[in-house]
Amino acid sequence: MKDARKAVALISGGLDSLLAAKVIQQQGVHVEGINFYTGFCVEGHTHAIRKKDRAKPKRNNALWVAEQLGIKLHIVDIIEEYKDVVINPKHGYGANLNPCLDCKVFMVQKAREWIEKNDFDFIITGEVIGQRPKSQRKDTMPVIARESGADQLLLRPLCAKNLEPTTPELEGWVDREKLHDFEGRTRKPQMALAKQFGFEDYAQPAGGCCFLTDAQYSHKLADMWKARGDRKYELDDIMLLKVGRHLRPRSHFKMIIGREDGENKFLHGYRKQYTHLFTTSHKGPLVLIDGKIEEDELELAAQITARFSQGRNADKVDVEIHTLAGESLVRQVTPIAGEAIPREWYL
Amino acid sequence: MVFVSEAQLDARRMLCPMPVIRTQQKVEQLHTGDTLAVLCTDPGAIHDIPAWCRVNGHELIDIEQKDDEITIRIRVCEA
Repeated sequence: MKDARKAVALISGGLDSLLAAKVIQQQGVHVEGINFYTGFCVEGHTHAIRKKDRAKPKRNNALWVAEQLGIKLHIVDIIEEYKDVVINPKHGYGANLNPCLDCKVFMVQKAREWIEKNDFDFIITGEVIGQRPKSQRKDTMPVIARESGADQLLLRPLCAKNLEPTTPELEGWVDREKLHDFEGRTRKPQMALAKQFGFEDYAQPAGGCCFLTDAQYSHKLADMWKARGDRKYELDDIMLLKVGRHLRPRSHFKMIIGREDGENKFLHGYRKQYTHLFTTSHKGPLVLIDGKIEEDELELAAQITARFSQGRNADKVDVEIHTLAGESLVRQVTPIAGEAIPREWYL
Repeated sequence: MVFVSEAQLDARRMLCPMPVIRTQQKVEQLHTGDTLAVLCTDPGAIHDIPAWCRVNGHELIDIEQKDDEITIRIRVCEA
């Protein structure tokens, strides 16, 4: 008897990919998981930074899903290669800077390369027709299969009955009759199936698990590209976009202001790469300056720093400034008034 | 005779899942029975690295926390 067929499942950590993998596992197929880390993934980072988020369960959802399924999980760092997907999406962006369709094509393509290297038979995803407006539509499903090069080796167990049969079905590796025909934005069939399998406490991400679907985050990324005159980024850049309050008083510099201890601590790790300010007479934030600040603009930056300290109502606040050149100076300033900060400075 | 090695990985200042990814990459270069000490600062690693070990069949030896630094020791088991 031939060994069981082997499938790799794209595991995001959400319910759909959990169910898709389970459905195939139940048909006697050996399933392993693959999870891609782009740098924009929501889970992981933020809970480690902000104190208010520390109370939430600190689990990695993809690992949690793998544990529920009893499968191995391969986490793949695609940070570098993913930049081209974000910067030059062939199929464009969704409502924000989310290149969902290109992203899916890219991930399935990476999974195809993985199955070739690891001698697996096919790929499964938790995609459902109509679930997502940009990437999970009836007309985009074949685009993903074709452009990723996975073609007939890409099976979507949750909506397979609404699609043309794929190789695993045609070859009898899986029974098409036991696959599903979910469609649309409703979550009810998924929730019913989860109940049937006994899955509880699964992650329910609103708007996906990617920061690029977040309007404010995308606005900050677009602002960064505009200010630098170049649509590029490094991992540190996209991490810093997740942290602090961002204010741009001038086109050539912005301020990243820690909102609480956790963020200040995180920003502290970056202080040597940036001109930075902090208040010494009062408790206050650590502030990084991104861009090139002129000597005569340090006063304004100090006044803003003071505004976000506990000395916001004091007559004078002492602010220590450390420049990128390694100089340090102390300025005594009056905190800028709240109404003197134009709304458009806030990113 | 079996030779085992004790490897170290510096994942300080990395945020999850990077410490997990680096651990996975390091383990791929090691042999069954080798141990690896992962030094990290993200408290998320206290949950994620043991979960990664459980999922992929490796053994968690211990977790030591000193100030803000965490050392997670694992033993590589047969895949």
